[in-house]
Amino acid sequence: MKQLLILGAGTAGTMMANHLHHKLDKKEWKISIVDERKEHHYQPGYLFLPFDIYTPEQIVKQIEDFIPTDVDLITEQISKIDGNASVVKLANGNDLAFDLLIIATGSKIAPEETEGMLGEEWQKSVFDFYTFEGALALRNKLREWEGGNLVIHITEMPIKCPVAPLEFAFLADAYFKDKQMRDKVNITYVTPLSGAFTKPKSTAALEHLLAEKNIAIESDFAIAEIDNESKKIVDYGGKEVSFDLLVTVPTNKGDALMERSSLGDDLNFVPTNKETLQSKDFANIFVIGDATNVPASKAGSVAHFEAEILTENILHYIKQEPLSASFDGHANCFIETGKGKALLIDFNYTHEPVDGLFPFAGVGPMQLLKESRMNHWGKLAFRWIYWNMLLKGISIPFVTANMKTAGKNF
Amino acid sequence: MEKLIAGKNIQVNEEGYMTDFSQWDKAIGEELAKENNIELTAKHWELIQYIQNEFKAESPLTIRKIGKSGVVDIKEFYALFPVGPLKTATKIAGIPKPAGCI
Repeated sequence: MKQLLILGAGTAGTMMANHLHHKLDKKEWKISIVDERKEHHYQPGYLFLPFDIYTPEQIVKQIEDFIPTDVDLITEQISKIDGNASVVKLANGNDLAFDLLIIATGSKIAPEETEGMLGEEWQKSVFDFYTFEGALALRNKLREWEGGNLVIHITEMPIKCPVAPLEFAFLADAYFKDKQMRDKVNITYVTPLSGAFTKPKSTAALEHLLAEKNIAIESDFAIAEIDNESKKIVDYGGKEVSFDLLVTVPTNKGDALMERSSLGDDLNFVPTNKETLQSKDFANIFVIGDATNVPASKAGSVAHFEAEILTENILHYIKQEPLSASFDGHANCFIETGKGKALLIDFNYTHEPVDGLFPFAGVGPMQLLKESRMNHWGKLAFRWIYWNMLLKGISIPFVTANMKTAGKNF
Repeated sequence: MEKLIAGKNIQVNEEGYMTDFSQWDKAIGEELAKENNIELTAKHWELIQYIQNEFKAESPLTIRKIGKSGVVDIKEFYALFPVGPLKTATKIAGIPKPAGCI
């Protein structure tokens, strides 16, 4: 029996388990998936938790409910990957030999990378919303906060879901308006980028929205430290921004397992061929989702598109054929803008987000790069699609793994 | 577009970044530095060399990476290029502006 091993039962790992158990010959291949956790979190829900839009129950389910029964689910910590020996070592002392390995261990926040971030004020006036605990603590803070300077901050790129901090700013504006206290809150958006986003056309559209919502932007800000005593963030160039409430996106890093296994770059992301998704170091190791170093967004939609490509390439690899399926960097993100509206962006390695209609050229019904109610419903519907279709490896109708250029105004 | 600098014609984009690294030489680097109000010291040159080597190796540049380069730490990097250090340093080094990773 040959062994296919998946590390990580998050979005990408779960999708791969579901795709492959349909495609691989069960007499020949045994599929196992390892994750130390028992819960699967719908991570996009972390954005809505602080504003009391979603409840914790809506975003947490059990991992085992999404893993096919003939896939072996191992709930154990991973100590090391030995690529040369094709063995994964578990914390309980067991060794798992593999013929083919898929790394899907994701990325997580590393607040310890920034001086002062885990200081006195952590979870008192300094919060993250990239963890369940952080988002929940922030919800409790926001419920009783009386106003002042709200600073929304990105430490450094790359981060998971690069639009999430912008969405947080838009939703905060709407939240305080609803609470009749917007006049008591100054909102500032602080970013290491030169503008609101990484690509020119969407940056222009998003900066327009920031201005419309009276949100100030402080760009090119490379944080050196958080001064807990005077409640300021300070940049290497000496710029300072004062806060009463800081919502920060800390440095994102791949799993520390990569460092222990000498498989990661300086942020523990795994060097990966951006088209085939094969690891650059070992032919029988593939990498998917946030764990890779490919220059695509770290987002569930990207993992979903990658999963379709990777499934094809794994079948090619097993048949000793060339890895002909090629990922184009396709990402598709709803950007919640508050008050029941959202934007939609669709882009890849080579094409930046532009306006147009999606998924049907000339028809829509979704509008790209423009605020609409339809896009907002799309975003809310997505939670259902995630639990019921995406994780199970079912394609979203009319949305292809590689990006379509029809219907877009380049 | 074309730009005349240090007695040579070079190709630059609308933001003033060189689009053909093979046209770069030290005299051009000196002039680009002056345009950005920077007097180049030995340390600047050492860092420019590092940045160009990373570019040739197709390794994406970030402020974090410069801080771990062994040439300077991030504070020293800001001391050398006080305004938008990565953008200024790459412009002087004759390579494209680093794309903020999406």
